[in-house]
Amino acid sequence: MEFNESQLDQVARGMVMMAPQAAALGFELVSVETGRGVMRVPWREALAGDPDTGVIAGGVVTTLLDHVCGLAVVSAVSELGSTPTLDLRIDYMRPAAPRSAITAEAHCYKLTRSIAFVRAQAYDDKGGEPIATAQAAFMLGANGR
Amino acid sequence: MSDAPERLARFISRVPYIAFLGMRAELAGDEMTAILPYSPHLIGNTKLPALHGGVLGAFMELTALAQLVVDEPGGRTPKTIDITIEYLRPGRPVTLYARADVRKVGRRVANVHVEAWQDLRAAPVAALRGHFLLSDGG
Repeated sequence: MEFNESQLDQVARGMVMMAPQAAALGFELVSVETGRGVMRVPWREALAGDPDTGVIAGGVVTTLLDHVCGLAVVSAVSELGSTPTLDLRIDYMRPAAPRSAITAEAHCYKLTRSIAFVRAQAYDDKGGEPIATAQAAFMLGANGR
Repeated sequence: MSDAPERLARFISRVPYIAFLGMRAELAGDEMTAILPYSPHLIGNTKLPALHGGVLGAFMELTALAQLVVDEPGGRTPKTIDITIEYLRPGRPVTLYARADVRKVGRRVANVHVEAWQDLRAAPVAALRGHFLLSDGG
């Protein structure tokens, strides 16, 4: 059984609002559908990794990618159980544009009984090629891992 | 090597996002320990509760960068090329520690392994492996 559209939207909003770290970073939900999610983090001075250039810290991109991958998994399995990350690999293709917000989109492209596989990309506001790509695996129904 | 404490202090105090996390670092000789005191804003899952997986990854990436700043193989702050984060246990709402092991320094790229733990060094919470660009070459 899949979440219907309004359930999915509610779950997605909950995932963004209920996590204190996501709220502290200012994460925003852009869109969600079954197996896919898009989220965004606006730029602000406190999140800079380099105060001279104003480029956002890699750690903010890491957390956004982890979070949006989790959103894609939850929307794919239509269940709000515990889905811990097993691993997350991130390639940083190029630095983000200075003082740019970051948008990340994730696709849960394969579900097995116990594992979800996800790919994600992050973009700055200049568009074009991704600034970072990610690949992650999540545990499903992980009470007793 | 002798000005390593100053370089480390400058790196830690210079990056706004390090202040956002609340990360610190201590140097004992050439061995650095990064410290992330617990704070409610670091939580990703309020039910468990557990630290956000992204926070674990970000903290370990910064630990690797800080260790490279201490070792100074390149003379400037390195850039992250890629990282793989392995999650081993939920990060509980207590202080997190990490140490970096610089496995290989080439002319342009360094390979670094990081491990993060809480109460028990022998029971790591997460690990990171990464490549870092030391210079763009000529």
